Amino acid sequence: MTGYRLPMGGRVNRQTQLAFRFDGATYAGFEGDTLASALLANGVQLFGRSFKYHRPRGLLGAGSEEPNALISVTRGPGRFTPNLRATSIDLYDGLEASSQNRWPSLKFDLGAINDRLGMFFPAGFYNKTFMWPRSFWEKLYEPAIRRMAGLGHPPTEEDPDHYAATYAHCDVLIIGAGPAGIDAALEAASGNGRVILIDEQDELGGGALSDPALWPWLDRSVKALAASPNVTVLTRTTAFGYFHDNFIGAVERLTDHLADVPHGPREKLWRIRAGEVILAQGAIERPLVFDGNDTPGVMLASAARVFALRFGVAVGRSIALMASHDSGWHDIFALAKTGVGIAAIVDVRDAVSPDLLAQAEALGIPVHLGHSVIGVRGRLGVKAISIARNGGTGVADLACDALLMAGGWTLTVHLWSHSKGTLAWRDDLGAYVPDQPNENVRCVGACAGAWSFGDGAVIDILPTPKDPTRAKAFVDFQNDVTAKDIKLAVREGFRSIEHIKRYTTNGMATDQGKTSNLNGLQIASTALNRPVADIGLTTFRPPYTPQTFGALAGHAKGPLFQPTRKTNIDSWAEENGAVFELVAQWRRARYFPKAGEDMHAAVNRECRMVRSSVGIFDASTLGKIEVVGPDAAEFLNRMYTNPWKALEPGRCRYGLLLKEDGFITDDGVSARLAADRFHLTTTTGGAARVLNMMEDYLQTEWPDLNVWLTSTTEQYAVIALQGPNARKVLEPLVEGIDLSAEAFPHMAVREGTICGIPTRLFRVSFTGELGFEINVPSAYGRALWERIMAEGARFDITPYGTEAMHVLRAEKGFIIVGQDTDGTVTPQDAGLDWAIGKKKPDFVGKRSLARPDIVAPGRKHLVGLLTEDPNVVLEEGAQIVADPNQPVPMTMIGHVTSSYWSEALGRSIAMALVVDGQNRMGQSLFIPMPGQTHVAKVSSMVFYDAEGARLNV
Amino acid sequence: MILIHCPYCDEKRAELEFAYAGQAHIARPADPSALSDEEWEHYLFIRANPRGRHHERWRHIHGCGRFFNAVRDTVTDKFETTYKAGEPRK
Repeated sequence: MTGYRLPMGGRVNRQTQLAFRFDGATYAGFEGDTLASALLANGVQLFGRSFKYHRPRGLLGAGSEEPNALISVTRGPGRFTPNLRATSIDLYDGLEASSQNRWPSLKFDLGAINDRLGMFFPAGFYNKTFMWPRSFWEKLYEPAIRRMAGLGHPPTEEDPDHYAATYAHCDVLIIGAGPAGIDAALEAASGNGRVILIDEQDELGGGALSDPALWPWLDRSVKALAASPNVTVLTRTTAFGYFHDNFIGAVERLTDHLADVPHGPREKLWRIRAGEVILAQGAIERPLVFDGNDTPGVMLASAARVFALRFGVAVGRSIALMASHDSGWHDIFALAKTGVGIAAIVDVRDAVSPDLLAQAEALGIPVHLGHSVIGVRGRLGVKAISIARNGGTGVADLACDALLMAGGWTLTVHLWSHSKGTLAWRDDLGAYVPDQPNENVRCVGACAGAWSFGDGAVIDILPTPKDPTRAKAFVDFQNDVTAKDIKLAVREGFRSIEHIKRYTTNGMATDQGKTSNLNGLQIASTALNRPVADIGLTTFRPPYTPQTFGALAGHAKGPLFQPTRKTNIDSWAEENGAVFELVAQWRRARYFPKAGEDMHAAVNRECRMVRSSVGIFDASTLGKIEVVGPDAAEFLNRMYTNPWKALEPGRCRYGLLLKEDGFITDDGVSARLAADRFHLTTTTGGAARVLNMMEDYLQTEWPDLNVWLTSTTEQYAVIALQGPNARKVLEPLVEGIDLSAEAFPHMAVREGTICGIPTRLFRVSFTGELGFEINVPSAYGRALWERIMAEGARFDITPYGTEAMHVLRAEKGFIIVGQDTDGTVTPQDAGLDWAIGKKKPDFVGKRSLARPDIVAPGRKHLVGLLTEDPNVVLEEGAQIVADPNQPVPMTMIGHVTSSYWSEALGRSIAMALVVDGQNRMGQSLFIPMPGQTHVAKVSSMVFYDAEGARLNV
Repeated sequence: MILIHCPYCDEKRAELEFAYAGQAHIARPADPSALSDEEWEHYLFIRANPRGRHHERWRHIHGCGRFFNAVRDTVTDKFETTYKAGEPRK
């Protein structure tokens, strides 16, 4: 219990007290506090347990760079957020927070045994230890490691909040609202352009918030910006990524700081396109590396300054400083002036400016130059430190309850690096600074290196007379990486900083190495005896700080994840109990169960009714393309394998479409309506792809052809009427079309009206029965469907779904592109040689049909399979072998592509792709499945009505 | 998200309006049957994979629908220029 609220000072509102809970205990804080400052003010020093060793940890920083104090916040069911930084949680009345990665309690954590065993957990420990046996990894090692190591738990309930997203455009985008960012915004505001200023904190000011001398200027500036009509100011907004062409992603947190969650989005994703970007992200102080530097109470000097001057909280009653940089001295002087007790200033440098020494003397602060901290006493909080003269052996103990570190400054160049701007090493800063931009962007203020940081020495590890192999000197606090881990990686042969990073996990935690990257680099540089600039720097990637999945997903979840396409008839299917399935983005009725029916009973009934009377099917999802123009026939002739020029108006043709590599990509029946007009159909899933392919050839290969392509998929509702009674149902409804077999044969098309609605009536069949496909404008779909249902009642007309459609087409051996073919199947492989126009000099894919691999023997052919046991329905995707007694792994010669119970045949049927299948007719093949090997004979794919007698009636 | 200039619309639009369409300036042979297996293989499968300037096709699929050509740097992902289909290689 060391921190306390100073009697005065800070920007918190001491009139408004807020109650909150942390690990079950109730505390009080002020409006304007963060969870970190409020807990510190209550004397709490222990915030969490470390990732790997479960070491007790307190605060290191005061801002979003904080690696240690990761906290879970819960706001009721589904509103649980793990891994929040206590320094970035705005306090509100009733806040409910808890620490992580400890059991049973934060102060007494059994996992801390890992710390005692630390010598057994060096860099690469997991890679080295748990490699063997492989089967142990998933069942034993990984679950155990996941329990012991790790951060917060994932939420267990669905997130009830919603998340908004918006696009914004501006002339100037300024990221970071410290003094440099505010100055840039004020300058931009004086022009006419649109300006956006964003900052991750709850109020503008950045570093100025902990410098009371700047507060009058800050007040004036904030008011001026608020009064500028062309300026948008976004606080609590994190610019997390910088993408191509000045496109910035930012998340605005709208409700997490409020006591009562209002109606409205929790967060808003901003997608900002900026003319110019100005980065004013500042700099982050660097910790020093020495034994015990992770003890609760050891923190950055700048953080202690923020807590004292912005929040009015002292981090201790007797504070010591370990510095290699002047800035820490200034922080200590500022703290001393608030009345906090200062124990000593220790500086690794042998000499500092006389001015600093004079100020220390005036404030009565003991100074130890040329000394380093070599140890920290106290496990749950600092009790004392040991210091030694550099190179010497004498050790002195200093009592204190907090130790500040001032190791110099690391410029925040994350977004600059996202934008692919280059970096240059500056020896005097011991840091990388922005060099050449890759976008219209510039850096200002501290992140540009254009700031008076003061003087400092760049030190990788503080000198110590102790055995360095026994030291726990942390570099990456969040991932528990110590100096000796990095040295071990170098000893084991790693040379690239990218490899050292991955081996040690330095900089790979959720803080992305904000406080550890450059210390790690310095240690590697010393160990490799090469300058830092030669070793490079690891790559910064978005996000700058962790963001919620909710903000990134926005409304694209649940039913809004992607559009569900519905036909005009869909509502009828829903009202009549259809079970649906998704086909591409289309929702299609799969079957229509009657009371008490399971899927098989329903599908069998639907199939029976189509074969014995008449069935009705919603085929509206079929892709449709209107091909118009004087060269339409020539164009189709070049695209499809079949000949089209001789097709007479009023006739239909099955079209087979290949890609240029000779493999089947789509098929469908198309009709010639006039000399210059075709009505094409494509597969349901292939419509957009086929149109794109046709446009490609038309625009770029044959721009001389005078043809127009128009997608009409959604313009027509299509009702398939199939079965021996189909004509009888249709006859009373159709006007102006002679439906007789002679006047309207199979594979013909007629235009007329049905129930007064203009129609393109196709006589086609995907079932093998007498069939019609009725195309009407989409809006009439359901009305016509209901008229046909009423008319068909006397024949017990039966709606059927995609499942029955699949069975009926398989009984006839009609293929489904994408199910029976997989992008490696040629027309010959699929038994569709007949669809190739032999006399055509060229069509897309023709040349490839003569490729050596495609004419070579041993290709897989699509064939029928009849199981020995007629009741066995094979699993689609099941593998096929020629000899079931061969040793495992067996030689697989193909797989089942379609498999159903055929009600018409009273047995199972299947289609399969089998090596050399067309030459294996009658042969028995084997399908090994768990527990049993099935036997099946190769057969023709046409299982039902092979002569087509049922079609031509 | 990259901005791409459509030479038909003459506007810079967001990448999500466009679809990539492979390497540019590979014309379909006038008479494929006259090609040897090797020549046909070259036309079908062999593509450049440069580090730097790459001539490629894009389609303004959610805009005007036109295919056009572009020169893009594969290292920086920056577009050098875009031009209409049929115009000479830039």
